[in-house]
Amino acid sequence: MNTIRRALGIIWILLGPAAAIFMFVQAADKISASNQRIEQAVDELARSTAEAAKLNIQLQWGIIIGIFLPIAFGLIIFGYYSLKGEYDREIE
Amino acid sequence: MKSNEDKPSSIYQVIGASSVGTLIEWYDFYIFGSLATLISKQFFPEEQGTAALLSTLAIFAAGFIVRPFGALVFGRLGDLLGRKFTFLLTLVLMGGSTFAIGLVPGYKTIGVAAPLIVLFLRLVQGLALGGEYGGAATYVAEHAPAKRRGYFTSWIQTTATLGLFLSLGVILFTRNQLGIDQFNDWGWRVPFWVSILLVIVSIYIRMKMSESPLFAKLKKEGKTSKNPLKESFSHKANLKMVLLALFGAVMGQGVIWYTGQFYAQSFIENTCKVDFEQSRTIILWAIVLGTPFFILFGALSDRIGRKWIMMLGMLLGILSYRSIYQKFIDYTNPALKSKELVLEESGVRSVMAIPDTKSNQKLFIVSKKDTSYSDGAVFKYTTTDTLYLAEPLNLSADKSAQVVFACTTLGADSGSLPTYYTMKSQATEALQNAKVDTLNLLVNYQGEKTAIGVEKKVGKDTFWTMIFLVFIQIVYVTMVYGPIAAFLVELFPTRIRYTSMSLPYHVGNGVFGGLVPFLSTLIIEYTKSPAMPNGSPLAGLWYPIGIASVCLVIGALYLTNHIDEDVMDDENEYIHN
Repeated sequence: MNTIRRALGIIWILLGPAAAIFMFVQAADKISASNQRIEQAVDELARSTAEAAKLNIQLQWGIIIGIFLPIAFGLIIFGYYSLKGEYDREIE
Repeated sequence: MKSNEDKPSSIYQVIGASSVGTLIEWYDFYIFGSLATLISKQFFPEEQGTAALLSTLAIFAAGFIVRPFGALVFGRLGDLLGRKFTFLLTLVLMGGSTFAIGLVPGYKTIGVAAPLIVLFLRLVQGLALGGEYGGAATYVAEHAPAKRRGYFTSWIQTTATLGLFLSLGVILFTRNQLGIDQFNDWGWRVPFWVSILLVIVSIYIRMKMSESPLFAKLKKEGKTSKNPLKESFSHKANLKMVLLALFGAVMGQGVIWYTGQFYAQSFIENTCKVDFEQSRTIILWAIVLGTPFFILFGALSDRIGRKWIMMLGMLLGILSYRSIYQKFIDYTNPALKSKELVLEESGVRSVMAIPDTKSNQKLFIVSKKDTSYSDGAVFKYTTTDTLYLAEPLNLSADKSAQVVFACTTLGADSGSLPTYYTMKSQATEALQNAKVDTLNLLVNYQGEKTAIGVEKKVGKDTFWTMIFLVFIQIVYVTMVYGPIAAFLVELFPTRIRYTSMSLPYHVGNGVFGGLVPFLSTLIIEYTKSPAMPNGSPLAGLWYPIGIASVCLVIGALYLTNHIDEDVMDDENEYIHN
């Protein structure tokens, strides 16, 4: 079991940055879509609504990424500890 | 600890004082969420950019940033000054801020100050909640006899679900007593005001309680931590336990908790279109039936260990969520209802034109029809077509009423009920004949601008079947959540317990759990296609299933099932195994 725990450490180390990259890509995708909506706005009202929506999306994703990055970093540390055998046990 | 075993009545006082306060804190936190739509209209009008932005902050920041931050702030205080003082403070902050939200004048009265004040109060709520749970769980666990810690802390575990129950119950009761219009106007404030009464009672009870015996002993011996934050997160032995607790237990617990209750309610109401009252009643019944299982699994964890009960709860969720939610869809899908069940199908009951108040360049033509079934189900359909006008309508109140009247009377005069399309063209003709001001209609009905709203009331059998399906999910919640307080308490040493267990709990519950609606909606968006314009409704479940799966693997492989009988130790429990 200890060998499996250590081997999985690599997965957790990789999963941290993968999750962070996924979040960044999602944020970029959503913000770019909100830019498109501003460009496609037909009148002033639609434009101001689209601009407010863009600001909202930026804020939402800013908060999510801000809180998610330390968690992703935590997963990397968890993986590192696993790999180093910190979670090994003598009694199974 | 034996002294506690000799005095069973004192532990029940401890549980009562802790649980009532924690329940009220959850109640306070949830009434804001349950009334989010109404609160938005009062404080965060969409057309006001800044106010809408503050709304986002209130929703996202309170759950994701402030709760974990509150865990750190109050966890530190709890490890430095004591459990009793700290969770009294969180109760006062929570109760005070909730009551104050009920007093804040709306946006129309004091402008942008209204959303700013509400945002501030919401952040205080999040902060207080972050500090409350760890304190209450620690307080009870440190009073509890070693072999019954799971059982006694499981009472604290019922409070989050019962807080949701109480908030839904008070909202439904107030709404039914006042009527929908009065409730929407001012009655929504009542649940916030109710909070202050509950908090005063709870503070009175908590004031009478003494400090946790384990913390008091440490303090007497001068062994309390000087810097709990540093000890919790910079010492490898503790940090690795914090990470294990988060990724191996609380992360999965958070998504199972949110999916089984909030996502279920949102899915039944928004995807299955079951009406406001019935969707909430389904959740209320499921909670009533499911809550005793918190105690059952808490007690069981004292006998067979915490780990496998929590892991089984996650596994069952992973395996069954998609079929349970598919059942919700099937039970409310009119296409799957036998034609023989149809009792009465009305034609279009009424058609009414409503001028758009925002741009004055649109008219909404709204029509309604019902279908009743012999199993008691009634499905109501509201179709809204948007008419685009060449020039803005500048209607006086009288003229506006004329337009509405011109269209509304069509249904009443028509004798036998005409088809929707006949009525729509008659409505258009009436509008053209009305020649109201500069009413120069484009009469441009665009198919894609037609919105169909459905409100379903399910039959008695379906109602109880849906309660059973939510109940099953709540049983999963009780499996992952019932034993977790004892598990967390046993994982960390007394001197830094409040800080160490509060942070992973609020990250797991607040962030991973709190993101369920947001990320599920995001995943559904990816499944949208011309063939499926609304996306696959079940796709959103991949987020909780994915997180619970990772947590299950980590928990199954890395956690120990050992029950730590001596929580007075100075080291974490894992080291001894």
